[in-house]
Amino acid sequence: MEARAATLPAQRRLSAGSRVWRWVRQNAILIYGVLAIGYMLIPIGLIIVFSFNDPAGKFNFTWNGFTLSHWAHPFEITELTNALTLSLRLAALATLISTVLGTMIALALVRYDFFGRRASNYLIVIPTATPEVVLGASLLSLFLIYGLSLGFTTLLIAHVMFCISFVVIVVRSRLIGFDRSLEEAAQDLGADPFTTFRKITLPLIWPGIVAGALLAFALSIDDFVVSNFTAGTEVTFPLYIFGAAQRGIPVQVYIIATMLFAITLLAMAFTVWQQRRAERLASVRPEQEV
Amino acid sequence: MRNGRLVALRRRLIPYWLLGPGILWLILFFVVPMYFMGRLSLESGIFPEFQFDWSFSNYSDALSAYDTQFFRAFQYSAAATILSLLIAYPLAYAIAFRGGRWKNAMLLAVIAPFFTTYLIRTLAWETILSDNGFVVNTLQTLGLVSNDGRLLATTGAVVAGLTYNFLPFMILPIYASLERMDTSLVEAAKDLYASSRKAFLRVTLPISMPGVVAGTLLTFIPATGDYINAQFLGGAKQTMIGNVIQSLYLKQTDYPAAAALSFILMATMLIIVFIYIRFAGTEALMGEEAERR
Repeated sequence: MEARAATLPAQRRLSAGSRVWRWVRQNAILIYGVLAIGYMLIPIGLIIVFSFNDPAGKFNFTWNGFTLSHWAHPFEITELTNALTLSLRLAALATLISTVLGTMIALALVRYDFFGRRASNYLIVIPTATPEVVLGASLLSLFLIYGLSLGFTTLLIAHVMFCISFVVIVVRSRLIGFDRSLEEAAQDLGADPFTTFRKITLPLIWPGIVAGALLAFALSIDDFVVSNFTAGTEVTFPLYIFGAAQRGIPVQVYIIATMLFAITLLAMAFTVWQQRRAERLASVRPEQEV
Repeated sequence: MRNGRLVALRRRLIPYWLLGPGILWLILFFVVPMYFMGRLSLESGIFPEFQFDWSFSNYSDALSAYDTQFFRAFQYSAAATILSLLIAYPLAYAIAFRGGRWKNAMLLAVIAPFFTTYLIRTLAWETILSDNGFVVNTLQTLGLVSNDGRLLATTGAVVAGLTYNFLPFMILPIYASLERMDTSLVEAAKDLYASSRKAFLRVTLPISMPGVVAGTLLTFIPATGDYINAQFLGGAKQTMIGNVIQSLYLKQTDYPAAAALSFILMATMLIIVFIYIRFAGTEALMGEEAERR
């Protein structure tokens, strides 16, 4: 107490400059954090700003003036729109297949002890530890030797392959914290295994499955390297950008990127809001019963 | 009795039914392709006439022709991994311990780059660093870059691009391991008269090691095989092994050489990862300890 009383007047005597310096030193890590996050957002800011640019030539590299004319026709470029539709279709299908297969694997790995469990674990992890260029190259080798013509099917095969592992990893982490007595309770009350799965297990691991599916969708729609090897003449959104980078990127690429960014952000906000609401509802119920 | 055994057998088969389709997919489209790539790497001839004849010379030829790009890829990716770690650790620490009510917003900002396409992010950096861009002009005015100097087509640009693009992969695992940490351990260390510095080095850092290991692997592996950053931000002197493999496969159709290089890349990668997790522990990669409950 005495010591504190002694330091207080001393503190007041500090000059404004040294007080600022003290504040900076105490919050250095937080200031650094804000700066680092600012750095991470630089390209996003540039993409949004340059979607309003009115470039002089084919290359959208220097700021030339503000215009809304490109935003008025975001889907004007047919090739770009086709590439985007292909990517969305591909990502939706790849997500569906990989989420179902991945969830089944996760259930087997967490729930059961069986011969080959360790080997399966390795088979899940190794693709995630392989450089994408090797994944693409090896798939192309297979398709070449079998004379399979490259196209939507080969793209789908490849995308499902690299998505499965990530779905397994996400769903597995959700299953590990699972309280199995809930299932036992359902079965004690006469539910058959299928009903138990549908009414108890699935709703409880649903957030994990949704998270896995979202990750698969993001990986698929963003993939360039593996698609580069397996697409043949098909052009996905990232492949279009790669091709256009040499000829000059139309402003519409930045517009669609901005749109995708906004949609993802809104979807994230919606998911968080819904989760919070569900938590609030769940926490209110017992009190109401009292 | 018979019926009981049948039920038991059916129970034992359940995991295989669950596992079957997905594992089959991975075997058919991950393991089998590796076998065919191995076969292709031992063939000889000129497109489209290749014969399988155990030509191991493909390996030595490919390596002696492209050793520069091969070692450059590992150097660039090691540099990018170290830079990412230096940027990511304090950031993850700030979010985990000083984020307060802004924690979720900060995490959202960290993953926000994922909401835009990888290629467009890299393209944005190309725009920022472009020859007539704001950054180069400013640096030229300040005399930090000579008047005909550039930022694009330099080693720095490629390493910076790799660092930026894989940064979230480094931040998230480190954040996750710090977030789970029991902060009373640090208080205990301080009660035992450890300085803040010592408490960090002896308590916090070791506890966050699984996150650091996972983060470095998640950065190093994709960065080594990457060819987008070298393509957009680098020049002829910055090509990496990924660019070589891509070009040999898709432009020059020299499949045997490309397959041999892919195999060398993968083998080197696996050896490095294996040695690394031997020293650093496997939990981070396999998550097996958590799984055993």
